[in-house]
Parts: sequence; structure tokens; C-alpha cells
Amino acid sequence: MTLKLGVPSKGRLMEKTFDWFAKRGVTLSRTGSDREYAGAVEGVSNMELVLLSAGEIPRELAAGRIHLGVTGTDLVQEKLPRFEQQVEGLAEMGFGHADLILAVPQFWIDVDTLDDLDAAASAFRTAHGHRLRIATKYHRLVREFLTDAGVSDYQLVDSQGATEGTVKNETAEMVADITSTGETLRANHLKLLNDGLVLKSQATLWRSRVAKYGVDEKAALNTLLDLLEHRS
Amino acid sequence: MTLRSDIQARAAQLRVRFEAAGGQVVDTPLLQPAGTLLDLYGEDIRARAYVTTDALRGEQMLRPDFTVPVVEAHMRHGAEPARYTYSGEVFRRQELDPDRPNEYLQVGYEVFERDDAAAADAEVFSLFALQVRGLPLRAATGDIGILMAAVEGLNTTDKRKTALMRHIWRPRRFRSLLDRFAGRSPVPESRRKLLSTEGDLTGSAVEIGKRRATEVQARVEALRADAKEPPIAENELLALEALMAVRETVPFATEQMRDIAVDLPQINPALDRLDARTAAMKARGVDVDNLDFEASYGRTSMEYYDGFVFGFYAEARPDLPPVASGGRYDALTRQLGDGEEIPAVGGVLRPDLMLQLEEARK
Repeated sequence: MTLKLGVPSKGRLMEKTFDWFAKRGVTLSRTGSDREYAGAVEGVSNMELVLLSAGEIPRELAAGRIHLGVTGTDLVQEKLPRFEQQVEGLAEMGFGHADLILAVPQFWIDVDTLDDLDAAASAFRTAHGHRLRIATKYHRLVREFLTDAGVSDYQLVDSQGATEGTVKNETAEMVADITSTGETLRANHLKLLNDGLVLKSQATLWRSRVAKYGVDEKAALNTLLDLLEHRS
Repeated sequence: MTLRSDIQARAAQLRVRFEAAGGQVVDTPLLQPAGTLLDLYGEDIRARAYVTTDALRGEQMLRPDFTVPVVEAHMRHGAEPARYTYSGEVFRRQELDPDRPNEYLQVGYEVFERDDAAAADAEVFSLFALQVRGLPLRAATGDIGILMAAVEGLNTTDKRKTALMRHIWRPRRFRSLLDRFAGRSPVPESRRKLLSTEGDLTGSAVEIGKRRATEVQARVEALRADAKEPPIAENELLALEALMAVRETVPFATEQMRDIAVDLPQINPALDRLDARTAAMKARGVDVDNLDFEASYGRTSMEYYDGFVFGFYAEARPDLPPVASGGRYDALTRQLGDGEEIPAVGGVLRPDLMLQLEEARK
């Protein structure tokens, strides 16, 4: 049997993952045509590359269908309750940096902290008859963060893309989203809350605690861990 | 392992006793419209309740408790006074602790009664005490109404009092508001800047979204007005803190709170109500001299209770939730009653936990 490594199937995250492993003596590559989601591994025997969408990797790790996986801390924590019990972080990979933040319109000069947000949400609900809407795809993380901070009178509305635009379109009053530079926020007339950092995320190599490890998988994992240790 | 059929048999037994006490049996649908529960509890309820949808009725929740649907049913077509009992499953989404059940039976008793609040409180408490008699449980009691009276009577602006009242069930936010209103916490730099300038400040930033510039300006003005208000006085603050820390048997707690009432006279009527309840409980045979009272009890887990609160806990099993719990929820009937309201008090029992404790003793 083989040790299965799940890697995001597209774009910069895949390329950077390939580079990161290459520096450590493991060559990952796509086989066949560009459209085919198959891969090859050189440098560790009995290891297999599985190309997946980044969003599916946490679930596959938790189900034990892959032994290792590369994906962001944000996705693991959003999708896996008690993630520490299901997966173990082996290495932070130094790319794919992204912060999950809370952002409000720049012209809300009265709102800079969670304290302000809570007060503004209460007044908003009285004035408009519904709770202040926060557009996000990170429902669990944002809800836990706001519960912990004691913010109420808000509601989460689902947004799977172009989240920053929801305020202008009046489908939400503010957003909770991933930002790496903040430029998209500024371009959409939004600003960060001073204490609104929900989570700092980066691409991380995870090991499933649930997957089955036979003799071959254990040997492959040890070879890989040795290689990672020498170069990190 | 406790058998499901045993739990159901025990639930039926418990309900029969509530019926004997005058409870009329009610049943409520398992699927509840999500809107009512979300309006009441906010987004937090999604972490605790299972949500499902269909195209016709939108979001619905698997019944997370009975109180809300029972109150709604009463407000629609209940006669007064009314006593209800019920027994059935509630569902709680579990994301953190795999050992906690996500479905269990609750047996409850609720009293809707205008006349004698003290007697109704005592009736409910003593009925629950009777149901769990013989189990190794500790009873805890409290009264959120005393704390609410203390806040309502503070010598400060209505806006501050409303803000404090809104967070009475969130002790951390309550604490930080109190510190701010007492001038204890430093003013953040952004706020200092906002307050030191005058006039309209939205400047060049583009106005987007449904929260309008007028609303922003209104809050800025409110903040400026608040900055001119004196902080909550030290003696009031210390008395409020002393009140929140009261934790004693009922007679000693009452004595301590009467002392505190020298600085917070607004709590005296609420303390008179506590005295009336204590007398009513004593008359029903409750050993009030050894009953625990905590002034902050019920502030974290019982968000709609606004008066008497109680819980029965397994002393040897601090990991278990309360075997029985309940309280008074007058404001909830107002919120769900479309302008109508009626004082109400009630509670629920967990037959599964009762059986579990009995088995452990064998």
C-alpha cells in the first residue's frame, strides 16, 4: 500500500507546494495532460500524489482517505471540529499566508473595535428590523470568534466568492474574509477592525491521525519525515 | 448503558406526576421555524441546533428546547392561569464533545400565572425537588431580577443602562462595558481622535451599504454625549461587584444583599420578592436554610431567564449538565406574545441522567 499525499490541484498553491517538496528532495509532478488530475512522486518510495481541490483536503484527511495533505490552517479549522484530534500539523510551509479578518465600510468612523461593532449592530437592528449581516464563507470560525467576544445582534450570510462586493450590493453590511494584502479591501472601501483578526493562516502540511498506517505507509512516512527534518 | 425504553418509561412516570400537579399535556412540533429562535438567541443558536431547509418554509430547526414553542402555543390560545407539562426529544448539535448526546428526552413543567409570582416559583421548585428526591444532587438557586434591578437603578444615563442590560447574560461583555462606563479602561486612540474633533467626520470615504451616514453620525453624537457624562460612581460600582459575588445559603445571602442595598437601594423591591419566595418555599417544606444562592447564577447558560433561576447538579459528576433546571422568564412571553405578556416560570428534567446516576449508585 502507499502513503497518499493530497495537494491542491490548481494554480500557485500547487506550484509552490511542488517547489517546497523539491527543495527537500521530493519531486512531485503531474503526469499526463494538464487536464488530468494524476501525479507522480520521486524520492520516497511507496508514496502517491493525489491532486484535490484545496477545500476538500481537510475532509479527506479527516476521513483517512489520504495520509498527508497540504492546505491552509483556515480551511482545516473551519471544516474540522476539534481539528487537533483528527489531524496533526507537520510543517508550516511559509507561503499561502492569509488572515481571516473582519472588515467594515471605511466611512463607519464610529466603528474601530469589536466593542463598537456590538453597539452599532444593536442600533442597526433597532433601525432596520433585522440583524447586522456579515458576509462570509467561514461560518464556524467567525461565529466562535464573535461569541467569544460577546458580540450579538449580527447574522452570518453565506458568500462563496466576491465577498467584498456584498456591502456595495447591500446584501451584507460588512464582511469576514481572507485577505493577504488588504488591497481588495481598500478598493472596495472597507477597513479592518483593530481587534478583528479571527485567524492567521498559511499553507501547512498535515498528517491524518485517522488514516491507516501499514508497514509500507510507515516506512514511507519515516523516509519523508527524515527528508523534511534535514532541510527545514 | 441506559436503555432507551427505560428512559422513555421514566419520562412517562415523571410526566404523570406533573399532570397530577395540574399540568395539562402539550405537544409541540419537532421542526421549529428558525427565524423565531434566531431572533431570540442570535447566531449562537446555530452552533447548538440542527438546521434544515426546504424551498417552501425556508430554514427550520430541530427543536432545541420546549420553552419557546410552549410559550408560543400558550400566547396563541391559552387560558389563564395555565399549567403545562410535556415530554419529548430535544436535539443539540455537538461539535466539541463526542460524549455529549445530540438527542435526549426532556420532561418539563411550566406555569403561566399572573397573581402570585412567589407562590408559582415555590410550586415549580418544590415539584422539581420532589421529582429528583433521593438522588445525590446539589440545588443551586439565584435571581437575575436582583441584578437587573441593580442595573436599572444605577445613577447613570439610560443609554448606558440599556447597554448593560443587553449584555446581562454575557458576563465578559458586561464586565468590559462596566469598566468603560466607570472610566476604568483606557480610551482607544481611534476613539480619542473621534471625540476630539467636531462636526461631520465621514469626510472623503465613500458611503456604501445599508447602514447610512446618518446612522454613523448619530452614533458619533451619542459617543460624544456619553464622553461628557461622569463615570459611574465608585460606591455604586463596588456595591454592584459585591452583589455579583454573593454566594451563600439563602439566609446569609439575603443578609449580605440587604447590606449591599444600603448603597444600591434600588434592589430592595427585588429583595422583598426574594423574601416572599423564600417564605413560600419554606411553607412547601423546602429546607431553605441549607439552600445555596448565587447572585450571578444563570448568567451564562440561561439567557431568557429574568427572575428566579434554579438547577440541580450531580455533586460527584461535575462533567454532567444539570439534571434539572429552570426559572422565571416574564420577558420572553412579552417578546413572543406580540404585545401580550404573562409572567411565567418553569423547568425541565433529564430522565436519562437520573437513570444514569441511579445505576452508578448500585
